[in-house]
Amino acid sequence: MNKLLTWIDDRFPLTKVWREHLSEYYAPKNFNFWYFFGSLALLVLVIQIVSGIFLTMHYKPDASLNAAGVPVAFASVEYIMRDVPWGWLIRYIHSTGASAFFIVVYLHMYRGLLYGSYRGPRELLWLIGVAIFVALMAEAFMGYLLPWGNMSYWGAQVIISLFDAIPWIGPTLSEWIRGDFVVADATLNRFFAFHVIAVPLILVILVFLHIVALHKVGSNNPDGIEIKKKKGADGKPLDGIPFHPYYTVKDIVGTVVFLILFAAVIFFSPELGGWFLEHDNFVQASALNTPTEIVPLWYFTPFYSILRANIYNFLWVDAKIWGVFFMFLSIALFAFLPWLDKSPVKSIRYRGWMYKTALAIFVVSFIILGYLGTKNPEQVDLILLPNVHWAGICTLIYFLFFFLMPIYTRLDKTKPVPERVTDK
Amino acid sequence: MTDEDMDIKRRTFLIGTTCLGLVGTGFVAVPFIKSMTPSERAKAAGAPVEVDISQLRPGDILVEEWRGKPVWVVRRTPSMLASLKQVEADMADPGSRKSNQPAYAANAHRSIKEEYLVVVGICTHLGCSPDKRLASGAVSGLGDNWQGGFFCPCHGSKFDLAGRVYKNVPAPTNLEVPPYHFKDGTTIVVGIDPSDKKGAA
Repeated sequence: MNKLLTWIDDRFPLTKVWREHLSEYYAPKNFNFWYFFGSLALLVLVIQIVSGIFLTMHYKPDASLNAAGVPVAFASVEYIMRDVPWGWLIRYIHSTGASAFFIVVYLHMYRGLLYGSYRGPRELLWLIGVAIFVALMAEAFMGYLLPWGNMSYWGAQVIISLFDAIPWIGPTLSEWIRGDFVVADATLNRFFAFHVIAVPLILVILVFLHIVALHKVGSNNPDGIEIKKKKGADGKPLDGIPFHPYYTVKDIVGTVVFLILFAAVIFFSPELGGWFLEHDNFVQASALNTPTEIVPLWYFTPFYSILRANIYNFLWVDAKIWGVFFMFLSIALFAFLPWLDKSPVKSIRYRGWMYKTALAIFVVSFIILGYLGTKNPEQVDLILLPNVHWAGICTLIYFLFFFLMPIYTRLDKTKPVPERVTDK
Repeated sequence: MTDEDMDIKRRTFLIGTTCLGLVGTGFVAVPFIKSMTPSERAKAAGAPVEVDISQLRPGDILVEEWRGKPVWVVRRTPSMLASLKQVEADMADPGSRKSNQPAYAANAHRSIKEEYLVVVGICTHLGCSPDKRLASGAVSGLGDNWQGGFFCPCHGSKFDLAGRVYKNVPAPTNLEVPPYHFKDGTTIVVGIDPSDKKGAA
């Protein structure tokens, strides 16, 4: 065994990589619950890739109608569900995995907001993370077209039409994305190509870079202090413990709990009442009829609410273009966090009431936006107080959280940060 | 290597070849980008569609597919036509100045014949197909003052019975009117202007 290892190590840095990234990679010893979600995101990525490969073996990206008048793509999904041995399980793993991915990633991002994980020296780590989030949204959006249900069709129609709003090049650009004048077979085929190879490849590369960047700067922690500043005589951080075995074991606990919940959804409620798989998508795509209640899946609804919140033309620009601009801005703003936050401390533990309040209001308005995005626009303004434009108010709060951040993080009274990590 | 050891001639040559390589890569990208534009088959698929309106009763609507999009034909009753005047003040573009329609439909009723409205049933906001809420009043679900028209479920845009967009909704312009003409009393041809009908047929 040792001889084999030496043989490999002479040709490939196996032991070196193992040591640098696992057995001698020192992570802060005070990780808590919020630190499960990075490794869980990696787990879900693997689940999606594996289940996706097996779905590809049976799925057909073809919008033409078969002898029974059903689009071939739609029929092939039904075939997977009914005729392929265990096909239903593999598909439900994949569809539940999509929602699980966003749950885990949103919690992972929230952890960053809690403990200031985006602050220097982790700006690039955070930016790669934002890129992963954008790639993930593209991946989910394109995957959603593939079953060629009616919600798939009109969801794609709406999102591709967003590009129409771009001045001058808009209509040509959206035609280029669709490959036709409407969402059609050409669109389905290219989305399949993007969904199964182009975007997953980008995702895997970005995740690799995310980990490379993380291991260069080291993990942040709930106290938001740099463990590398306090090293022992042996040169190892005093508050650090080797990732393996300590955090590999911890992450296995998280993995087990996650898989229990994941399996519970797959086996007992794979549609989760329409939240994970929408009812209107069990109807084949029809170019003539939009579903009466068209809503994206839950993970897009906060941004969808922002898109349709603005109904006023101002500054000589149409409401439509503003809506699209606000939606893209709401995602892009995450990338600016490292430079918007001027607080002398990183972690929420040592921040004052201003940041805590701002974050709480931001989270509440994000959830309200998500809820409103699942409702018909005619119902939205009737909730709680009539004639109050809730989506507009929450959109405003969403943006103020970012735009006012340089001000309130400067004014905020912070507590002294300890020298060493705490055991809270 | 320090700057002093640098061979300027070789460095210039390297920069030159790198730039040339980039230009070459740019040219190679063109066929790949172009391959994603609508194919010749997709372009050829836009054939005109004949709509038989002999069975269409007053106040009813017919949906036909043209270039993959729904085209609506509404046979408007006199009271429906009267409603167009009533809602005029609520319209964002009552005169259809900013909107997309052939010159022969750029009138108050946005059609060739007053009775028949022909529009592309795609919302000008983000391309959903609006709901048909032709009936006026509370039965439409849009309140007592609704005069009949179309309501887009995606983002709440509203249109009247001439496909004109209401104020303060996300859609910027009126529903598009496709080129069309009357072949005879009961047949509408969608896709060909009246002036072109002989040449195209």
